Amino acid sequence: MEPIAFQKIYTHISQVTKATCSLHATGVGNEEMALVNDRLAQVVKIEGDLVTLQIFSGTEGIPTDSEVVFLGHAPQLPVSEELCGRFFNAYGHPIDGGPEVEGQLVEIGGPSVNPVRRKQPSELIATGIAGIDLNNTIVTGQKIPFFADPDQPYNQVMAMVALRAQADKIILGGMGITNDDYLFFKNVFENAGAIDRIISFVNTTEDPPVERLLVPDMALTAAEYFAVEKKQKVLVLLTDMTLYADALSIVSNRMDQIPSKDSMPGSLYSDLAKLYEKAVQFPDGGSITIIAVTTLSGGDITHAIPDNTGYITEGQLFLRKDTDIGKVIVDPFRSLSRLRQLVIGKKTREDHPQVMNTAVRLYADAANAKTKIENGFDLTDYDKRAMSFAREYSEKLLAIDINIEIDTMIDTAWKLFGKYFSYAEIGIKAELVEKYGTINQHKN
Amino acid sequence: MATTGKVAGIISNLVMVKVDGPVSQNEICYIHFAGVKLMAEVIRIGALYAYLQVFESTRGLKTGTEVEFTGHLLEATLGPGILSKNFDGLQNDLNKMEGIFLRKGEYTHPLEPYKLWEFKPLAKEGDTVVAGSWLGEVTENWIPHKIMVPFILDGRYKVSKINSEGSYKIDDIIALLIDGKGDEYRVTMVQKWPIKIPIKAYREKPRPFNFMETGIRVIDCINPIVEGGTGFIPGPFGTGKTVLQHALSKQAEADMIVVAACGERANEVVELFSEFPELDDPRTGRKLMERTTIIANTSNMPVAAREASVYTAMTIAEYYRQMGLKILLLADSTSRWAQALREMSNRMEELPGPDAFPMDLPAIISNFYARAGYVRLHNEKTGSVTFIGTVSPAGGNLKEPVTEATKKAARCFYSLSQNRADSKRYPAIDAVDSYSKYLEYPEFIEFVSQTIAGNWIDQILEVKNILIRGNEAYEQINILGDDGVPIHYHEIFWKSEVIDFVILQQDAFDKIDASTPIPRQKYMMDKVLEVCNTAFTFNKFEEVNPYFKRIINVFKQMNYSEFQSEPFSNYEEELKSIINEKRKTEEQAV
Ligand SMILES: Nc1ncnc2c1ncn2[C@@H]1O[C@H](COP(=O)(O)OP(=O)(O)OP(=O)(O)O)[C@@H](O)[C@H]1O
Ligand SMILES: [Mg+2]
Repeated sequence: MEPIAFQKIYTHISQVTKATCSLHATGVGNEEMALVNDRLAQVVKIEGDLVTLQIFSGTEGIPTDSEVVFLGHAPQLPVSEELCGRFFNAYGHPIDGGPEVEGQLVEIGGPSVNPVRRKQPSELIATGIAGIDLNNTIVTGQKIPFFADPDQPYNQVMAMVALRAQADKIILGGMGITNDDYLFFKNVFENAGAIDRIISFVNTTEDPPVERLLVPDMALTAAEYFAVEKKQKVLVLLTDMTLYADALSIVSNRMDQIPSKDSMPGSLYSDLAKLYEKAVQFPDGGSITIIAVTTLSGGDITHAIPDNTGYITEGQLFLRKDTDIGKVIVDPFRSLSRLRQLVIGKKTREDHPQVMNTAVRLYADAANAKTKIENGFDLTDYDKRAMSFAREYSEKLLAIDINIEIDTMIDTAWKLFGKYFSYAEIGIKAELVEKYGTINQHKN
Repeated sequence: MATTGKVAGIISNLVMVKVDGPVSQNEICYIHFAGVKLMAEVIRIGALYAYLQVFESTRGLKTGTEVEFTGHLLEATLGPGILSKNFDGLQNDLNKMEGIFLRKGEYTHPLEPYKLWEFKPLAKEGDTVVAGSWLGEVTENWIPHKIMVPFILDGRYKVSKINSEGSYKIDDIIALLIDGKGDEYRVTMVQKWPIKIPIKAYREKPRPFNFMETGIRVIDCINPIVEGGTGFIPGPFGTGKTVLQHALSKQAEADMIVVAACGERANEVVELFSEFPELDDPRTGRKLMERTTIIANTSNMPVAAREASVYTAMTIAEYYRQMGLKILLLADSTSRWAQALREMSNRMEELPGPDAFPMDLPAIISNFYARAGYVRLHNEKTGSVTFIGTVSPAGGNLKEPVTEATKKAARCFYSLSQNRADSKRYPAIDAVDSYSKYLEYPEFIEFVSQTIAGNWIDQILEVKNILIRGNEAYEQINILGDDGVPIHYHEIFWKSEVIDFVILQQDAFDKIDASTPIPRQKYMMDKVLEVCNTAFTFNKFEEVNPYFKRIINVFKQMNYSEFQSEPFSNYEEELKSIINEKRKTEEQAV
């Protein structure tokens, strides 16, 4: 990142705020990168010859006579096979002690895919977790976040999903993750012997928060390279998007923009959508699938960050500790994979959709029965059966430590239906019951 | 000479330009940038600068860059060839673009300039015509596409020449018109119209009254919409707005569907792209895509073009309405359009209204909804644009500016409930909270009494009443406990559940259940009301739930079966016998 010899050096900054500085300069392009006393910065506003730069690492200690050099390009990343197995910071510089990557320089945050050049996602990603595969099947080209409380093991679950899913590349974008979590990911990836199909861009809590704004675009630019040029199946993990959005609000706040709900910038929806919409299935087999984490505060999903995310992503996954069995499950009520209907019953057995729906409905009946107990009411025979069913359903299917094939999941569900319920109670199409079920038609 | 200017400032996609001549509000201009031209629209004119919103990313743009003003507003290109197209928000044909990625400054022709159309004249030389008069027609897919006197022409004209039957390209002159002063106008098969101005080349716009069948029971049977009507679907994320709109676009009884995917997911549009060319339109036996035009400005496409996309879609719908057709316009989601307005307004540092939306948001929304309607054309033919938009309320809270403004503008309210979606009671429309103002229109009541059944409206009201009573009973049961209420409370509740499961709930992904034609809806309505109006005997409350579950199960099997097929009739028999099991006998009734 050394300035090139003939580049003009400016040495007079006329204004400094918490996040930005302004100076008179000409011939500067919008969104161009610059160095301010060797700190990376980006052009965010041009008015006449007054140029405003956002300094990623903050403006503390920036003197008015700093040396400012414009680099003539937007943030970029060199892309090539050399990215594999490497760890980078938010600027795309190695943090693993290895050499700089050689490759074609690509501007990050590039153009969108023409929607008519996309293909409808139709390939399921098996994870072995019934809470996902059976109830909320994920599909290549999908974007889906975990909505998680900060104390939940979301990074662990995400790493597990990533390793089980058969992706050609896994690209981690870590934003404001703790150093411990960074080392956790590094460890799991290395131990799984998967390191050479993994690329990581990491901004930890020790790095300046505004820098993390570059992380998702870095990760997605690398993803586009492998999905487009190499036609690979790429899985991108983004954690934690809430911290990304917080960084957006810091910047907009420091630039005196009018905040909308929850002090978030009015453009939050578009900002997040630009990233998530990089998820894509190409006709020639390449794909980008995004699994993200959005941490919640106090479980509130109406907060602007999860709310806008929910409006963008194709469903969301919730983790929950099932107190009956003392294990973490993927919550069957609140979780939803919107793209599941593209594959269930089509790429999986035809009875999958109805079996899934029925099991969740019966699980809901058990939850109602529990409320009844809490309110001091008596349980009917049906309530009791529903509760026994729910317990076993949780234990044999939902617990995330279970790793089985989808057909086995469906068969297990049928067995539980037969064990606890009658034909009328499960309400599944007669022809499916005949073909796959083990339900007593007359038991009532 | 056209006005030009130079870029003087850039904040994201807001660009300030110093101009050398006159400019007008909403005028279109092009920024000459690195060998391409970026399209932009003037959105404010100040003492020093004209402010542009650029329909593209402004990355790399520098001050001093040349800007060329065009002298016209943002216009749609109207002519044969619009049907079955996939456009972006500015009406660029997406299929004509090269490469996988959208390229800055790449604009494509919305129509087919070289295609030959078989033209048939409808007017004769000497005829007096006005804007919108039908001069001739070509067959587009299967629609008789009228070639009309340009809407922009004022007053009366005489047809001085009209081409005879033959093949012509859209830019060929097909007629000559002469005005009162003897000036001559050349008419081709294509015309332009500024998208933010309504097309009003019709005689009158009476209140709409024609029932529009959607095949969705919770709409048709509970809160019906009319041809030329307006409706909106607010709902928290994931409650089924898009699925409902897609169902409408597949099933609704309309000649043409215009879908504006406005700031939503690309994969959802891809679903339309890939399914519509394959799916059959049950009414015509043709492919759905043949009656559909898609305007795709997904959330990752330029924000300013998102705002334009709904207007482009509306203008196309109005254009086809002028041909005497029934158009259904769907926009998903109008909240994204409002957000696009908010982003620009904030960048211009305008005084913000509630939630930082622009102050005039309610006016903008109501003006837009007002463009829908049922019209009588000058030739006495009728046409309509029915508009249904979705709203994505922040935090799922309906007390937010976009929902509130829309509520004032739209006549049907289809409120999606989080609770219903959570319990997978799809479509999650809350039948009790939602409404259709058309149920109060005497001309509508008259119309359905004639076309569906004399008692249809009464049945709708009865069903709503049972649902409300069911809700009340449910609350009592919850407060007092299962055995703390009389048994018939359970019966009242479960009768409302029958309506819920059989009429309201509908599986959008089941081939048969997805769409219910009106005769079948009427039939099911009769059957369900028969159950609701039957008095049953139960000895204890525990009998009620399993009994009605059996009834519901059989009804659901009916919904999944071919209407009046053998399995359907078998279920019907089964239903009869279940009903008779517990039907109150004469003696019990006394
Ligand atoms: N009628 C239905 N039948 C079955 N499932 C449905 C139905 N409607 C919605 N769903 C389920 O709910 C999911 C979300 O629906 P949809 O995408 O329409 O929500 P939305 O309201 O448009 O959400 P957003 O505001 O985020 O766009 C679907 O993917 C589907 O799984
Ligand atoms: Mg939607």
